[in-house]
This record gives sequence, C-alpha cells and structure tokens, in this order.
Amino acid sequence: MLALAPQDLRLDVNALDYLILALYFAVVVGIGFAARRAIRSSSDFFLAGRALPAWITGLAFVSANLGAIEILGMAANGAQYGLMTVHYYWIGAIPAMVFLGVVMMPFYYRSKVHSVPEFLRRRFNPATQLFNAIAFAVAQVLIAGINLYALALVMEALLGWPLWLSVIVSAAIVLAYITLGGLSSAIYNEVMQFFVIIAGLVPVVVLGLVRVGGFEGLGQKVRESVLGEGGLHTWSTTASTDNPLGASWIGIVFGLGFVLSFGYWTTNFAEVQRGLSARNTNAARLTPIVAAYPKLLIPVVTVIPGLVALVLFSNLGKEGGPAYNYAIPLLMNEFLPNGVLGVAVTGLLASFMAGMAANISGFNTVFTYDIWKGHVNGDKPDEFYVRLGRVATVGGVVAGIGTAFIAAGFSNIMNYLQALFAFFNAPLFATFIIGLFWKRMTPWAGFWGIIAGTLAAFAVYIPYRAGVLDLGTDLNASFVAAGAAFVVDAVVSVVITLVTTPKPEEELRGLVYGLTDVDLKDDSLAGDRAWYRSPVILGSGALVLAAAFYLPFL
Amino acid sequence: MLFDIRRILGGLFAVYGVILVVAGLLDGAEEIAKAEGVRINLWTGVGMLVLAGVFLVWERLRPKDVPDPSDESSGDA
Repeated sequence: MLALAPQDLRLDVNALDYLILALYFAVVVGIGFAARRAIRSSSDFFLAGRALPAWITGLAFVSANLGAIEILGMAANGAQYGLMTVHYYWIGAIPAMVFLGVVMMPFYYRSKVHSVPEFLRRRFNPATQLFNAIAFAVAQVLIAGINLYALALVMEALLGWPLWLSVIVSAAIVLAYITLGGLSSAIYNEVMQFFVIIAGLVPVVVLGLVRVGGFEGLGQKVRESVLGEGGLHTWSTTASTDNPLGASWIGIVFGLGFVLSFGYWTTNFAEVQRGLSARNTNAARLTPIVAAYPKLLIPVVTVIPGLVALVLFSNLGKEGGPAYNYAIPLLMNEFLPNGVLGVAVTGLLASFMAGMAANISGFNTVFTYDIWKGHVNGDKPDEFYVRLGRVATVGGVVAGIGTAFIAAGFSNIMNYLQALFAFFNAPLFATFIIGLFWKRMTPWAGFWGIIAGTLAAFAVYIPYRAGVLDLGTDLNASFVAAGAAFVVDAVVSVVITLVTTPKPEEELRGLVYGLTDVDLKDDSLAGDRAWYRSPVILGSGALVLAAAFYLPFL
Repeated sequence: MLFDIRRILGGLFAVYGVILVVAGLLDGAEEIAKAEGVRINLWTGVGMLVLAGVFLVWERLRPKDVPDPSDESSGDA
C-alpha cells in the first residue's frame, strides 16, 4: 500500500534530531515509572483512579484518535479530495463528540462501569457483554498490529530503519509505559503526544504556505491542479456525486455525519475510556467536548499540508510517483532543517504510539474485566486483576507484533480489515440508542440486534469487495454497509423485544433515560456550575464553530 | 496523587525550546534557504519556550491539578 523506492523519501536526519527523539522516549518511559508509584488498586490501573480533570482527559481523548494513520491518511485525503476532507472533522466528528458528552456520558460514567462491554452487561445481559468484548479485543489487537506495521513502513522510508527494528522498539516503549503505569500513564503520555505532534506539524504548514504564496496562492494553485475548483468547496457540489469525494449531501450527512461517526465516537471504548477516567460526572461529560475544540482545528495541520503537497509535487499519487500517504513526510523533507525536523519525526513516531497505546489500554481493560473477571473467574482479590491487566498488556503487545509481521506479508488483507473496522461500531450505536431511550428493550434484543447488525455489515461489504455488488466508491460502500448494519440492528432489536421479557425497572435504574438512580449522590465540584464548565454551553459552542468554519468554503 | 503533568510538559518544551533556539542561532545560510528564508528553528524554539512558560506559570498559579473533593478551596473558583 505504501510502495515507493525508499531512498526517495529518506530524511537527512543528524545527531540533533536523534537527540530530540531520544529525549522524548526518555520522558515517555519516565512518565510510566512515575505513574507506577501511584497505582494501589485496579481502579488506579484501569481507570487512572477516576481523578483527572477535563482538560487532561479531553486532550487524551483527541490524541487517542490522532494516530499517525489518521494524520497521514487525512493529509492524503486532503491531496486527493481537497477541502471536502473537512467533512471528516466538522460533520463527521464534532456532532457525535458533543452528543457523547451531553447525552451519553452521564450513563457511562454514573453507572461506574469500567468499560463499554460492562455497560452492555448491566443494560442487557452477560452474553451481549461477551460478544462485544471479544469483538472489541480482537479488533484492538489487529488495529494495534496494523498501526505498528504502518509505523515500521514509514520509519523504513524516512530513516532507513529496518522493519523489525521499528516494530520492536516502538512496541517495547508502549509496552513499558502501559505495563508500568496503566491508564494514567497512557493518558499523560497522550496529552504530551498531542503537543509534540502539533509542534512537529505547525512548521510544515507555515513553511508550506510561505512557499505557495499564502492561502490565496494555495487556492489559486489548487484551482489549476487536477482537483480544480471542486477541490475548494465542501457543500456546493454535493447535489450530485460529481465531486472529488464522490458523495452526495445525503451520504455525507447521514452516512458520514450520522451512522459512521456516531457509531465510532459514542461506542468505541478506546475513546470512551478517557472519559471514564475523569474526576466527576461533569469532567467526564466535558471530556469529548473539550476534545472537540482541537478537533475543529486539526484540518489545518492535515488538509493544508495535503493541498500544499498536491500543488508542489506533480507526480503525487500518480503512477510511479510517491503515494498520497507521503504528503506530510515529503514536505518535511522539502522544508525542515535539522532541529525542527527532529521534532516532526518525533511527532510522527509519537502519534503512532498514541494510536497503539489507546488500543492496548482499551484491550487490557476489556480482557481483564469483561472476558476474565466476567466469564472465567471473578472472585480473586483486587491485586490479582492488576497483575492480570499487566499480563494482558504484554499479551496484547506481543499479539500486535505478530499481527504486524503478518501484515507485512498480506498488506491487502490488512487494508480490507482496516476498512471493516471503520463501520464496525455502527450496529452497536443502534443498540445503545434504543436501549438508552426505550426501557422495554429486552436483554436478548440487545444480543441479537448486535449480532444481526454486524452480520449485515459483512453481508454488504464482502460482496462489494469481491466485486459482486457495485457501490461506486469505497467511501460509499462503507456508508451503505454501516447504514445496513444500523437498520438491521434496529429492526431486529424491536422485533425480539416484542417476543421476549424485559428487565425489571429496578435493575435499569441509572442505565436508561428517565429512570434515575436516586441513590447516586451529586458529585459536582465547586466551580462546575460556571458557564465555562457547562457541557451544554461548550458543546453548543463547538457545534456553532463547526458550522461557521464551513461558511468560507461552501 | 499523581505528579503534575503540567510540570512535565513545561520541562520537556523548555528543553526542546532551548535546543531549537541554539540550533536556530547557529543555522547557516543553507538551513535558512531550505526553510524558505524563515529561521524556523529559532521561531519554533521561541514558540516552545512560550508554551513551556504557560504550563509552568499555570502550575504555579493553580498548583493543585486534582482537587480533593473534601477541600473545595483548591483554587477552583
């Protein structure tokens, strides 16, 4: 997938750049050791002691999604589809993040669950928990492996490191800091990664804009490029699918903005876990909302470099030229002198590790609580589960390394898997939303709804991949697959509910809208009533900004 | 309670900032020409020092990152 003669991209790194990289690694592992001293119970290890303020959990929330595959991929999309790429942020992320914070997070947080599958057990039954836990655990290990493999490819191309060396070094660092410090270590590192990633990308953006003559020059040159005028608009060309993205406004609003995005952001435990570690309900609700503000601006450091690369490198993405994925590394090579170059390389490595660490810290929690404690052996003392969590971390990283080497042999299969995960959460969202607002929905409706929805996604996507079903573009195929999963899940859930017995209301207190748990005491802190800590006000602000940002680019 | 992440962020960016400012002052014509005539190491370094300052001052002014629920006078006004 990233085939290119390695020497074309080799960066001219020197000792100064390596010093910056080494300092970063030292601090990362240092955080792991420091965090280890604070771990006394399983709650410290898996939930960071539920003590973090919203700005930390919020930045970790955005960072967990800011893996290098995401950054390089969105820059590639910027070069390929132009400004329509911002749909992935402004409509494809912000509304769902705000919804998670305002509507769903109180249920997750106040029910005191450790994970999304555990919530499914409380609302539905252990079978639903187990199915979701296994699906999630397998997906996280595979994604971690894909991430590692992508990292190794990039490091080989940029620095000339052999594949196995990058895989082992980065896996060892992630392993070290998560085994030592658990979720708090992962979260603290994610906050630091966020700033390093941005510090590495900003100089690329600034120098890129200087070269092409500012925003005006960039617009002019994009108009003259293969993208043409269509590359500078987001909505005005979406009455039909005749635009760079190949999607109509219906597909963008309902496919990307609703089914795909709400499925991913509201039920993906690797994200939700950051909110669960917050210090109180208000901080948990603010987590995805605080994250929404940086998310609004991330296109500046992904889409703009993509466009700059498009107008600077004539053979980008063409036969014989560098792949679109290399847009950002090409610009680093073009503009950055030693020093900032080291920061940018560190930022890229940091973002690979951020993605992988989020997968692994989600995996060890689900494995320990939802698979082992819930279904194998649940009566051990607390320390046992901390130990088990550490063992699971080692197991997850080793399995990820295995996956990375398999990926090296079968990169096509990995591409398909990655596409599959993109809509894996769509059925789960249907189950959640019905289960939260309809107290009659029965335990077995939860179980069969998710199974049927997942099968429906496969039933659409596999024939598409095999060439039997024609759905146009890949993006469109994932819209249709996610949409089918959502609808089938909803229909099956309703039908099964009508023929099975619901849970008694007493057991659903605090888990369903309208059935409040009177025993829960208010956990708000002094200062939580201020407007700048109100999830509704801040959430509305993010939505207004997302809409306003579109205005210059209609 | 855990250590304060703001101190770590401030420390890391202070060190990075100093390294880049020094590198920027030593940059020759070649490095500057590569970066479109911008002393990018210097400016990035200065930016990082400012960021480091923000974290360190913030930590100094509101030292407690995680207020103890029993202690509401922790600067959380």
